Amino acid sequence: MKKVECIVRPHLMEAVKTALQEVGVVGMTVSEVKGFGRQKGHTETYRGSEYKVEFLPKVKIEVALSEELVEPAVEAVLKTAKTDKFGDGKIFVSALDEVIRIRTGERGEGAL
Amino acid sequence: MKATTLGSLRRKGGLAFIALILATALGVAPAAMADEAKAAATVESNAATIAEVQSHADYVWTLVAAVLVFLMQAGFAMVETGLTRAKNAVNIMMKNLMDFSVGSIAFLLLGFGLMFGTSPTGWFGTDGFLLSDFAKDADKWLYAFWMFQVVFAATAATIVSGAMAERTKFSAYLIYSAVITALIYPVFGSWAWGSLHHGNGWLEKLGFIDFAGSTVVHSVGGWAALWGAVMLGPRMGRYEKDGKVMAIPGHNIPMAALGVFILWFGWFGFNPGSTTAGNADIARIAVNTNLAAAAGAIASLIASWGIFRKPDGAMALNGVLAGLVAITSPCATVTPMASVYIGAIAGVVVVLSVLFFDRIRIDDPVGAISVHGVCGALGTLLAAVFHEEGFTMARLGVQALGVASAFVWVSVTAGFLFFLIKKTVGLRVSEEEEMDGLDYHEHGNTAYPNFQLIEKR
Repeated sequence: MKKVECIVRPHLMEAVKTALQEVGVVGMTVSEVKGFGRQKGHTETYRGSEYKVEFLPKVKIEVALSEELVEPAVEAVLKTAKTDKFGDGKIFVSALDEVIRIRTGERGEGAL
Repeated sequence: MKATTLGSLRRKGGLAFIALILATALGVAPAAMADEAKAAATVESNAATIAEVQSHADYVWTLVAAVLVFLMQAGFAMVETGLTRAKNAVNIMMKNLMDFSVGSIAFLLLGFGLMFGTSPTGWFGTDGFLLSDFAKDADKWLYAFWMFQVVFAATAATIVSGAMAERTKFSAYLIYSAVITALIYPVFGSWAWGSLHHGNGWLEKLGFIDFAGSTVVHSVGGWAALWGAVMLGPRMGRYEKDGKVMAIPGHNIPMAALGVFILWFGWFGFNPGSTTAGNADIARIAVNTNLAAAAGAIASLIASWGIFRKPDGAMALNGVLAGLVAITSPCATVTPMASVYIGAIAGVVVVLSVLFFDRIRIDDPVGAISVHGVCGALGTLLAAVFHEEGFTMARLGVQALGVASAFVWVSVTAGFLFFLIKKTVGLRVSEEEEMDGLDYHEHGNTAYPNFQLIEKR
């Protein structure tokens, strides 16, 4: 089992979600985050003083998948979240030790 | 099926309505004609009735205007909270709420008498406290006039809460609020407006023009704001040691814009209402008021576009207010074209003034000192420059005297008051309280309980 975390631009979240569902992903968790990588922040002015906005709003999508779905999912995200500009985001794939469904207590791949 | 049922219902309803009107007319007409026959109209009784109707028009207009000016309290509340941080929103609301509440009572107990009572010296009123004029058969006009004046007093008081936002002890602010409406505002007001009721002021006797209060209301509030901000010191993190000005953005620009719209709306009571008479003069005053606001917005827009390369929203909003404050003194004695000039000059001046006060490290979160103090003085002087009867040095001199005497009076009284509060109750909150936000420490509330607030400063 693997955990796939994607940091994407907020306005592309809908497209990424749909693409993931099309390859067979059934559940996900989405959170609003701030961050930066190579995309620099920008400078805004407020009543005559400038201030730097370094942390940019992004959306984090987390999915727990069985191994076979990881590559299709990654492909789906790459296809929909890419704009060829700095700030497109990143995908992190990590190993998942255990998954438990709270309602039934199921563990393992069946709980995905 | 449905259409025809509705149509026939409408026709039946229409017929019934016409029948009702006819019946009423037929029933009332004979009675009316009988009344007319009883009281033969004389020239004297007509004149008395006409005067009464005019008097009633005065009452109606004055009270409608008073209510419009009351709504400006909401305008100030929205502007101030929109331009400050969410963690202080409850505190701003409370300060604005209490400005009017405490102010109303303070003005009742002391302020109105000081401002409009009989004034043997020309420097302050000496009667009319606790509405003592209100005998049982007293002239009801007193009530209308008091109502109109109390909302003006509260306007002066609430100007200061913006400049002192985000770091003032609530208890200290309440004390200040009571004193300005009870004492500081009314005494100066008596110099310029005392004769509107039972008083007479030394300043108005010299011919000082301040129709609706660029100086009496706005500069008085603005200079009190200045001394409050100076005595408090800037917010934490606002000015770096190397002189850099750190922006602390407001948390809700739409709210600030709503506030400005509400103030603009209320100003149509503030300026035209100062006739306290329902007559034709109110029309041109309303036009002047509107044009100055519009010109102020455009001028501020252009100025900030030029200086910052982008049209700054908050600056344009301040520009509207600057125009409105500036036109408040001359609104009854200038032409509409002059109002455009006055508003435009104020719109440019306010942008420069906001930058200036930041440069000398006086932290004014909403620009109250620039909008009300500086532009109030500016408008008062421009009342002489653009007077429709022509410019005279003598008139400019009197205007300048009024501006200067307001500055001196408020600096001495408000300055001393803030100093006294600082040394006794304490004026500013602790660093921890300022960091956490006043809502939590002063009021035990959160303004937005469902939102998590992550801030850099």
